[in-house]
Amino acid sequence: MAVKTERQAAWLLVAPVVVLVAFNALIPLMTVVNYSVQETFGNNFFLWHGLGWFQDVLRSERFHAAFGRQMLFTGLILLIEVPLGVAIALAMPRRGPLVSVCLVLMALPLLIPWNVVGAMWNIFALPDIGLLGRTLNGLGFDYNMTQDPLSAWFTLILMDVWHWTSLVVLLTYAGLISIPDAYYQAARIDGAGAWAVFRHIQLPKLRRVLTIAILLRFMDSFMVYTEPFVLTGGGPGNSTTLLSIDLVKIALGQFDLGPAAAMSLIYFFITLLVSWVFYTLMTRHDPS
Amino acid sequence: MTALRPVIVILYILFLLLPIYWLLNMSFKTTNEILGSFSLFPQNFTLENYATIFTDPTWYWGYINSLIYVSLNTVISLAAALPAAYAFSRYRFLGDKHLFFWLLTNRMAPPAVFALPFFQLYSAVELFDTHIAVALAHCLFNIPLAVWILEGFMSSVPRELDETAFVDGYSFPHFFVRIFMPNIGAGIGVAAFFCFMFSWVEMLLAKTLTAVEAKPIAATMTKTASSAGYELGLLAAAGCLTIIPGAFVIYFVRNYIAKGFALGRV
Amino acid sequence: MARISLQDIRHSYQTIVAKAAEYALKRVHLEWQDGGAYALLGPSGCGKTTLLNIISGLVAPTEGRVLFDGRDVTTLPPEQRNIAQVFQFPVVYDTMTVFENLAFPLRNRHAESSRVDARVREIASLLDLDGLLGRRAAGLPPDLKQKLSLGRGLVRDDVNIIMFDEPLTVIDPHLKWQLRSKLKELHQTVRTTMIYVTHDQTEALTFADQVVVMQAGEVVQVGTPVQLFERPTHTFVGHFIGSPGMNVLPCEVSDGTALFRGQPVPTETPAKAPADATRLELGVRPEHIRIAPDTGSGDDGIAVDIVRVADAGRYRVVEAMAGDHRIHVLTREDADTPLGPARLQVDPSRTRLYVDGWLADGADTGRA
Repeated sequence: MAVKTERQAAWLLVAPVVVLVAFNALIPLMTVVNYSVQETFGNNFFLWHGLGWFQDVLRSERFHAAFGRQMLFTGLILLIEVPLGVAIALAMPRRGPLVSVCLVLMALPLLIPWNVVGAMWNIFALPDIGLLGRTLNGLGFDYNMTQDPLSAWFTLILMDVWHWTSLVVLLTYAGLISIPDAYYQAARIDGAGAWAVFRHIQLPKLRRVLTIAILLRFMDSFMVYTEPFVLTGGGPGNSTTLLSIDLVKIALGQFDLGPAAAMSLIYFFITLLVSWVFYTLMTRHDPS
Repeated sequence: MTALRPVIVILYILFLLLPIYWLLNMSFKTTNEILGSFSLFPQNFTLENYATIFTDPTWYWGYINSLIYVSLNTVISLAAALPAAYAFSRYRFLGDKHLFFWLLTNRMAPPAVFALPFFQLYSAVELFDTHIAVALAHCLFNIPLAVWILEGFMSSVPRELDETAFVDGYSFPHFFVRIFMPNIGAGIGVAAFFCFMFSWVEMLLAKTLTAVEAKPIAATMTKTASSAGYELGLLAAAGCLTIIPGAFVIYFVRNYIAKGFALGRV
Repeated sequence: MARISLQDIRHSYQTIVAKAAEYALKRVHLEWQDGGAYALLGPSGCGKTTLLNIISGLVAPTEGRVLFDGRDVTTLPPEQRNIAQVFQFPVVYDTMTVFENLAFPLRNRHAESSRVDARVREIASLLDLDGLLGRRAAGLPPDLKQKLSLGRGLVRDDVNIIMFDEPLTVIDPHLKWQLRSKLKELHQTVRTTMIYVTHDQTEALTFADQVVVMQAGEVVQVGTPVQLFERPTHTFVGHFIGSPGMNVLPCEVSDGTALFRGQPVPTETPAKAPADATRLELGVRPEHIRIAPDTGSGDDGIAVDIVRVADAGRYRVVEAMAGDHRIHVLTREDADTPLGPARLQVDPSRTRLYVDGWLADGADTGRA
């Protein structure tokens, strides 16, 4: 690739994007920052509160618990969706008319509005009228998502696996079909088994798409709100109250704007930090 | 192992289709049948739920509202992202790398964080409860994504194309629309697909920024669930109908899905 | 090492074959002698890669048999044929070092580690890769990657045949020559049967002892580089090899004499044309034509109009028009050829009649 031309006028081409994104990102962010350092008693009466809210949030048991649940959720779905997605992508046919059929069917969950995903799984899992709930109870499991935290977590994880594994499959599949045939042929000639082919050819070539997949799944699972909210409403009790659900409860439910804003910023910062650390680690060895 | 492969794929697809089937099954039942009995097929097959949705304006306007702001968002996102992606793929300028990274960080902003400030912001500029408000709000995550995808596609078009066109005396806008855009048609398609998809599925901001006039289908569904008792059949039918636009869009881009994912760059 | 026989191989990529044209390989019957250096030469799409994949076992032929030393291996997969292949684009295992790459085929076959070590070092020194054994393969330049993938074939001492599929495609021009002579030298050291697939006649003619020329799914000639040049058995070979290629002129035959535009042209043997022939042509290389001044009399050569003389270094390429037919002639660089009317005289011992593309008269006895 030739060297790019230096040209400051390019800012004109970028300007609309900057204006639109800045309008949506900076003003609300400033609002949040503003709230996070003030105390309010309603009627637009504000008092300087310094970093008090941040200290409160970071020390609160409630935040720790929600953060713990969030990490558990994100950790579990990454552990399940990434290996499962890779395995399914490996099992997919590489060419032929069935490829399109598979891709379309697999992409389907990605295009369903998130509240419908939640509602669909709620109905699917109800112990009396849902296919899943009825079947599990019929098999002798004591399964009730609305009363038993373990059942609720099981449903929550299963729903996310259902919703998002296809994203990992599609990314991995795209990476797999871009590996030239010669690599597979060379491996056969060298007498490599299926595991060696995966370990020494496919996995190294998938590194980049897997980085994208894990990063996207991390970010999106960390931000998830609508689906779990519709599915369980954070319950039973607080057992499935993830960070964003807790945040909305505090901000819109209790209207505690100061703590909610401080929590928002901590939350945003953690997402950014983890994404950045992960990205740096994964791309450290890149030759380019 | 080889024999196992189709089994894995088929089982996975069945797993994906089961909840959708259950929703579809329910949408053809009356609420009484849903609550009163358990059956794998509708015993008293009815289209009544669908009839209600297609005749009641509060229902079908939900769909129309959603489609309006999703389309608006796709158009705005692409119109803004196209020149920006061109600038990132062709030129160096002050702060270009930082700007690109900053754009991407907005993809990481949790909508829950922004829900309340967005409500205040769009109320302040008097756009609350309009389609354009939701369309603009969704730009927060769709524009960075569109710039990212388009930049990848544009960088694979050789720069000689631009140079030749300018030597031939094309003006920049003329060149961009008539020559450059047709060359990245697949990229525009893929970017449009993703904008449509993320705007269509996002509900938290869409609900927060609307009340009556621009209310999305999701909000209608929640209201029905709470006010009119527990009309499960109606809810299921409404849910099924939200799957159709997505399925329609995937069908059109089916040949580009894998390619589009492969060209994305971090 | 092994002698490889291809018996009546036909191949089509379609499952149902309706027309002969749907065969990528039309009917190939070939013997490859043990220890030979072969080139498989032909234009893109002539079926040479298909033939290569049939030998390696990556493709199963629709019809026919493949024998290694008389043993039928037609249905054996590549890993059981003991073959090695170097691909157009270098294939190395990026995550491994050079040493691990070379050891990979041996380790997959559970060789003892002391033997692996010794063998890898031996091959590395043969390929001048000694100093690089600890380097990661991902960072190597393309020519070293190609050497490395060749090395993975050489480490196994049971290899029957090593195949090269256009191996110099991505190599810088100034390194191509080096790598090519290295290959030739290697063949003389290890004496394994090697097949080199290419569309470049220079690569084929410098590497191989025997060249197999293919066109449109058919083998048109097998011979030494000299035979291909001196006595092409098909007009395609004459045209494809040489620069510029052999002149192919339409003709008629009467009373044992070939007539080009009504004018007799002397040939090596009396011209005989079978009654059912649809196309009669004369083939003569530009090297075997002499230019004589136009004296106006009717029988001292083909009357032409010289339209262009191009300097090509140590010789000149003269373009002459006989009616609509273009004829190339090579002259020495100091020869002075004026434009305008002239006569061309062919060397009768190297001018031959081709019937429907093939050398006529069963004169195909070979001279080498």
